Amino acid sequence: MGQIFPRNANLLAWLSLFAGLLLVAELVLILAVYFRSNYFRQINVAIEQPVAFSHQLHNGTLGIDCRYCHVSVNQSYFANIPATETCMTCHSQIKTYSAKIAPVVASYNTGQPILWNKVHRVPDFVYFNHSIHVNKGVGCSTCHGQVNEMAVVWQQQAMFMGWCLNCHRNPEQYLRPRDEVYNMEYVAPANQVALGRQLVAEYGIMPPEQLTNCWVCHR
Amino acid sequence: MQPLRSRWNPSLTRLLRAGWVALLALLLAACHQDMYNQPKVQTYDPSTFFADGRGSRPNVPGTVAVGAAQTDDYLYTGLIDGVEGDVMPFAVTRELLERGQEKYNIYCAVCHGESGYGQSMVAQRGGIVPANFHQQRLRDVAIGHFFVIITNGVYRGDPERDGYQSMYSYASRITPEDRWAIAAYIRALQLSQNATVDDVPPELRASLGN
Repeated sequence: MGQIFPRNANLLAWLSLFAGLLLVAELVLILAVYFRSNYFRQINVAIEQPVAFSHQLHNGTLGIDCRYCHVSVNQSYFANIPATETCMTCHSQIKTYSAKIAPVVASYNTGQPILWNKVHRVPDFVYFNHSIHVNKGVGCSTCHGQVNEMAVVWQQQAMFMGWCLNCHRNPEQYLRPRDEVYNMEYVAPANQVALGRQLVAEYGIMPPEQLTNCWVCHR
Repeated sequence: MQPLRSRWNPSLTRLLRAGWVALLALLLAACHQDMYNQPKVQTYDPSTFFADGRGSRPNVPGTVAVGAAQTDDYLYTGLIDGVEGDVMPFAVTRELLERGQEKYNIYCAVCHGESGYGQSMVAQRGGIVPANFHQQRLRDVAIGHFFVIITNGVYRGDPERDGYQSMYSYASRITPEDRWAIAAYIRALQLSQNATVDDVPPELRASLGN
C-alpha cells in the first residue's frame, strides 16, 4: 500500500498544532473582548422603564434641576430615585389622568413602589459616593452624559476601573466650578487644565498618589 | 508484544490526564460573581426577608435620627403660640441668603419662577397658577408664613367638595434650616422687585452704572 499522505503533510501537521494553540488563544481573546464590549454591557442601550418618564422633557425642556428629584445626590453616597410623592407634587394637578401617569397614581394610592429598572450598576466591591464627587466639582454629565437629551435613559460609560482611575490620576482635566456641576450643557473651557489645577487646590482634592490608593474605592 | 509504557510515573500521568478537569474548574471559578453581587442589602435592593419584599425599610413611627431631635419649637414649626412668627430663628448672613437662593432655584423656581412672579415653564405648560410673591398679601405676611407653607404645603378649596392639595409639603426634601433660608431669600426677592436707588449703600451706587 502506498503512502496516503504526501511528504509535505508533515508541515501541515506541524502548522495545525500551532493553529490549534492560536485558536485557543483567539477564543480566550474573543471572550475577553466580548465581556468587555458595549454590546455585552448594554452601554448606549436605552433601558425601558415601567413609567415613560422623560428626562428630556423634565430636565431639558422644563429645566427642572437634577436635585429637585435626586435630592440626596449631594448629601449621600446614593443619588435617590424620587419617591412617588415627588412625582405627585406636580402630577396631582398636571396630566393626572393621563394613561402614562397611571402607574404613578396607582403607586401613590396603594403605597406600592414603582419597580424602576436599574441603569447604572456598580459592582458591590466598589464603593462609590455621589456626594463627594458633585461637591468637589465633578459634573453629572461627565459620567452620565447628556441625560437632558435622553427621553429614555441609557448608560453612556462602561465604567471600567481604568476609566475611574483616569480621572483620579488627572482630576484637573475634568473638574468644574461647583455652580456648574448640575449644568447639563456645560462645555469645558479652553483653559480647562489651568482652571482644573486651581479648582484642585481650592476644593482640597487629594493628590493622585492618594486618590489612586486601593482603599479609596475598595473598602 | 509488550504494552506501551510511559516513561513517567503512572500516577503522574494520571494526574496530567485529569489536568483538563482542573482547567475547566478554573474556567468555572472565574465566572463566580460572589464579589460582584454580595449578599448584603444595598439601597433599593429587594429582600426576601420582609413580607413586602423591600430591602429599604420605612422608619418605625416615632424614630428620631441621630442629631435630628427637634428641641427648638420655632425652628421646626415656624409658629409662636400657634401664630406664624415674623423673626428668623437664627441670624441672616450672606451665606444663608446664597444657600436660600440655591435651594429656591432648585425647588421653588420650578413653579414660582426664578424672580418669584409665579410664572414658569411648568406653570405655563401645566396650566397651574402658583402664587406670586410680589402681591401685597405676601409682602405683608410674616416670614414664618413661607416656612409653614414649605413645611405643610397648601390646600385649596373645600375638603367636602373639590378641595385639593395645590402644593405638596417639601418637608421631606428640604431641611428646616434650608426652609428658613428659602423664606429669607423670598423676602430678599420681594425687596429686590421694589427697591429704589436709596436702598443701595452710597458707596456702592457708583457700581450700578447709568
